[in-house]
Amino acid sequence: MIVFSKVSKRYPGGFEALSDVSLQLVPGEMAFLTGHSGAGKSTLLKLITLIERASQGQVFINGQNLARVGRWRIPYLRRNIGIIFQDHRLLFDRTVFDNVALPLIIAGHGQHEIGRRVRAALDKVGLLDKEKMYPITLSGGEQQRVGIARAVVNRPPLLLADEPTGNLDSGLSLEIMRLFEEFNRVGVTVLIASHDRELIRYLGHRVLRLDHGQLTADTRVQADG
Amino acid sequence: MARAAAPEGASMRRRGLRVWLRAWQLRHAQTFFYTLGQVLRHPLNTLLTAAVIGIALALPAGLQVMLDNAHELTKGWDGSAQISLFLQPKVSEQQAQALARELEALPEISTVRYISRAQALEEFKALSGFGDVLHMLDENPLPAVLLLTPLAQQSPAALEAMIQRLQARAEVDIAQLDMQWIKRVYAMLGVVHRILWVLAGLLGLSVLLVVGNTIRLAIQNRRDEIVVIKLIGGTDAFIRRPFLYTGFWYGLFGSLIALIMVLLALWLQAEPVARLAALYDSHFQLRGPGFLTVLGLIVGGCLLGLAGSWLAVGRHLREIEPS
Repeated sequence: MIVFSKVSKRYPGGFEALSDVSLQLVPGEMAFLTGHSGAGKSTLLKLITLIERASQGQVFINGQNLARVGRWRIPYLRRNIGIIFQDHRLLFDRTVFDNVALPLIIAGHGQHEIGRRVRAALDKVGLLDKEKMYPITLSGGEQQRVGIARAVVNRPPLLLADEPTGNLDSGLSLEIMRLFEEFNRVGVTVLIASHDRELIRYLGHRVLRLDHGQLTADTRVQADG
Repeated sequence: MARAAAPEGASMRRRGLRVWLRAWQLRHAQTFFYTLGQVLRHPLNTLLTAAVIGIALALPAGLQVMLDNAHELTKGWDGSAQISLFLQPKVSEQQAQALARELEALPEISTVRYISRAQALEEFKALSGFGDVLHMLDENPLPAVLLLTPLAQQSPAALEAMIQRLQARAEVDIAQLDMQWIKRVYAMLGVVHRILWVLAGLLGLSVLLVVGNTIRLAIQNRRDEIVVIKLIGGTDAFIRRPFLYTGFWYGLFGSLIALIMVLLALWLQAEPVARLAALYDSHFQLRGPGFLTVLGLIVGGCLLGLAGSWLAVGRHLREIEPS
């Protein structure tokens, strides 16, 4: 699903955020991306979503070489990736329903289909009763779950999350992570950037460790929980 | 087998196209009503922008209506070009009458009116107020006049040639075509018409800038939203569409406001113009903008709105990328 082959990313000014990273995630896998802040976690995710492009090496998503994806095809590539942000990036002038419906509207689905899929996604994250509320009235954990519903409503084969529990207490964090595990169980490939080592160790799964832009460890830990 | 598969593939493609077209229509309809709702949700902002556009459009539109009216007013006159034949003093009344009959028989002349020297004197006394002065003269200084009305729809060149022929006759002192002033009026209208186009161009440009600037601000206000939409796979066309429709709405509302302004101005002018016309014994009435003017105003306004937002969107949308 994700293949990095000797990938480096150098920013203008010379800072090397990633150097010579090679890794592979097979379809249906779930992995954590960890490391201190500035280790290159976000850069790695940005290369997958084509927010940035690699300076050297090649990135393949679903067998597609991203270097060959032109500007106008980027939107179609992103529709196959559900992205979850630390600050969830909801639109505060629309209801929960409209936020979650956005990817479906972009993809051009009909009204009926949109209603059905949005409710299914909200049901999955346990917010079916809040569809008419505005995000500002929800708690931090609920907002993040709206963000997750929006990411999965299009049923993408790949989910990326950048510090999805960064602003949440440990109880809520575990809840969110359990949600990701549920999606993974039905075959979705999941890659989560997080520096919450305790939580990662507790959950188990594969852990990719970045340090100063280099992949220093690729381990599989046994779940405590 | 292969023969059977081909039409099936074609029909699949057709169905795919139909589905795609339906989705496309649906998205446009959604954006159409969504942006209308957005624009109407902030009535004061919309009204201010639309009013600026309206004033800019009302000026050339109003001038066009004025020009149409001026053309209407002069249309009745160019048919009534008259030729005045001032006869030589030595021409007798019988000779003059004979000439009148001769000219009336000509195919290009519709009527001839003979004004004798005595009649001319009476008319002059009545109209000029200088009657007393004329008493002091020994004899009537006024020549006899034949007023010829040519058949309508003759070219200016044909009229000119007729004048030449009349002038050449021995009985005629001066042959005069009373059309010079109409030519001057037309020339003036031509100048005003050119001014109208220059004005329309300049004000159209200002509409473009007003809409462009409004849309630029709207884009900046919705920067976060644009980033999110780009991140979850919205194409440039998807992001552009609501802004283009918003520009279209501004253009439409602006041209409607312009139309109202023009109609209001005409309504305010109607009574004084009627009074003025009555003083000239005319039944002239101000006409409202014609169908083509209204159509041009509204279509032009909408196109300017679209073009203005297109310029702004084209310039600013690429600058906003997720980081």
